[in-house]
Amino acid sequence: MIEVNDLSFSYDGNAVIEFPDFKCNRGEKLLLLGDSGTGKTTLLHLLCGLLRPKSGSMNVAGVDVNSLNDRQLDKFRGRELGIVFQQSHFVQSLTVAENLSLPALMSGTEMSATELQERTLELLERLGVGHKSDAKPNDLSVGEQQRASIARALVHYPSVVFVDEPTSALDDKSTESVIELLEDETEKAGATLIIVTHDSRLKTRYKDRVELSQFIHNPSISS
Amino acid sequence: MRLSYIARRNLASKPLQTALSTILLAFGVGMVSLMMLAERQMTAQFERNIKDIDLVLGAKGSPLQLILANVYHVDAPTGNISLAEAEKVMRHPHIESGIPLAYGDNYRSYRIVGTEYSYPAHYDATVSEGKLWEDVFEVTLGDAVASKTDLKVGDQFFSSHGLTDETDVHKDKAFTVVGILAKSNSVIDQLILTGVESLWAVHAEHDNLELSAEELYASREITAVLLKKRNKMAILTLPNLLRETNMQVAIPAIEINRLNQHFGIGAATLQSIALLIMILSFASIFISVFENMQARRYELALMRTMGATPFTLIKLLLLEGGILSLFGTICGLIISRIGLYILASEVENKFQYDIGDLGLIAPEVFLSIFAILVGLIAAALPAERTLRMDISKTLSNE
Repeated sequence: MIEVNDLSFSYDGNAVIEFPDFKCNRGEKLLLLGDSGTGKTTLLHLLCGLLRPKSGSMNVAGVDVNSLNDRQLDKFRGRELGIVFQQSHFVQSLTVAENLSLPALMSGTEMSATELQERTLELLERLGVGHKSDAKPNDLSVGEQQRASIARALVHYPSVVFVDEPTSALDDKSTESVIELLEDETEKAGATLIIVTHDSRLKTRYKDRVELSQFIHNPSISS
Repeated sequence: MRLSYIARRNLASKPLQTALSTILLAFGVGMVSLMMLAERQMTAQFERNIKDIDLVLGAKGSPLQLILANVYHVDAPTGNISLAEAEKVMRHPHIESGIPLAYGDNYRSYRIVGTEYSYPAHYDATVSEGKLWEDVFEVTLGDAVASKTDLKVGDQFFSSHGLTDETDVHKDKAFTVVGILAKSNSVIDQLILTGVESLWAVHAEHDNLELSAEELYASREITAVLLKKRNKMAILTLPNLLRETNMQVAIPAIEINRLNQHFGIGAATLQSIALLIMILSFASIFISVFENMQARRYELALMRTMGATPFTLIKLLLLEGGILSLFGTICGLIISRIGLYILASEVENKFQYDIGDLGLIAPEVFLSIFAILVGLIAAALPAERTLRMDISKTLSNE
């Protein structure tokens, strides 16, 4: 579950960005839509515990993120969250499969090496990049990299998956395919999906709008 | 997958940078280690061979040369001295004992030294095969001579005039090997021992054979005498006593100190260069880790979003620095062994000295720990920046 109330943030004492309240239950999908400069990435970073808010409360995956100290935040991010960034970055010295093992290693998830390997290959296969598991990230096309980074976000069974601008550089067909992929995979994983984007094409997919300027909530799924 | 695996993969992905840091550190450690090894072994050899020899009596000339020639057998002798005059000194009340040495011939560059049984006994050398020489032209070989020349008990050989030259062979007088000494790790290992009479007999044709026994004794010469003093007065009185003769006494401890002082300047210079190379290598590790960190700041930020703590990242960067410095140190120790092996071959060829013990010595353990620690510190300085990394800013700027 995600619940945000009276959330605001300020960069170095500059203008305060105020965010609307919203709520999303476990296993649901939420679209956070806004133009450039509306604070989408800031909100994403706040929800992931990468930034501290000026005021308000955030409950992510049943945890009051604000109450966690730095160490607890690191642990929380590693165990509960999966993040797909706009640019698909990897540790270049490792293979794709090894990159997928990183979240489990870094978060200390209790998965045996065999279990992790099976999960990694299963996800890569399902996302159509199984044949590239031993390749270096640079040897993958942009699309393959994006699919591999989606797999990486899901590999350790997170409670919430945040996806930042997944469709900004894609045509309509690819956009449809990526969103379907994200929805399918998070549904299979039983995770909450939060998509942060400025891509207005997604409005049609998430038809019912929340009456907020920057955010669109899919009421058909959320409470 | 472990952090050390990621560290190794990261290093392997930058082969040139990794190789440069490793090579620099390896050469720095290698040079310092080589100097430690060579110094340790040379000092050990010097100390073993100087054992209880208080004074060396020989012909006038350079005192250092007298010591190097007669104690270590690495230089030409300063000349010959009269046996009769030498025996007078040996009987001096301040002198406890003396070991006469006479040489001037060689077999395949191994010196044939005419002496008494007290010489091998002085170095605790025991016979491993056969016996000590008894008759004229009988010899007992040092351990290294036997193994290098393949001479066995019962074999015969002809000596050559001079200490290294093999052209002027005494073909009419053959020496017979009657024994081989066990390895004593002293200069004895490199010598062919016989009675002083054998040396005189080899050169008998050069002498006047029609001399009376008294005249013959007066004409007999030896090269030097290794003296053990009875009391400290020997050091004060003997130089004065010999002032009017062609002889001198030299004190090995003083001459070797002097040699060490000369050698020390060169050694200190080399050591400074080696330390400079080590400092450069640490700077290289620092730059390597720093640049890696800058280039990989997004990767590091990414790891933070996956749950890595700042300390996990510091550990990763320290591991990279640690692996680099450990690998460089190991390579350095290997380089020093190769260097010592080459040096040992050279020393053995020129001086028949064995300094080829390749074992790890205590100062090298400290050197290795020091190199690895400084390598870790060089990596820790840039790694510390990860503590202050703003993940949000780093990810947003990408």
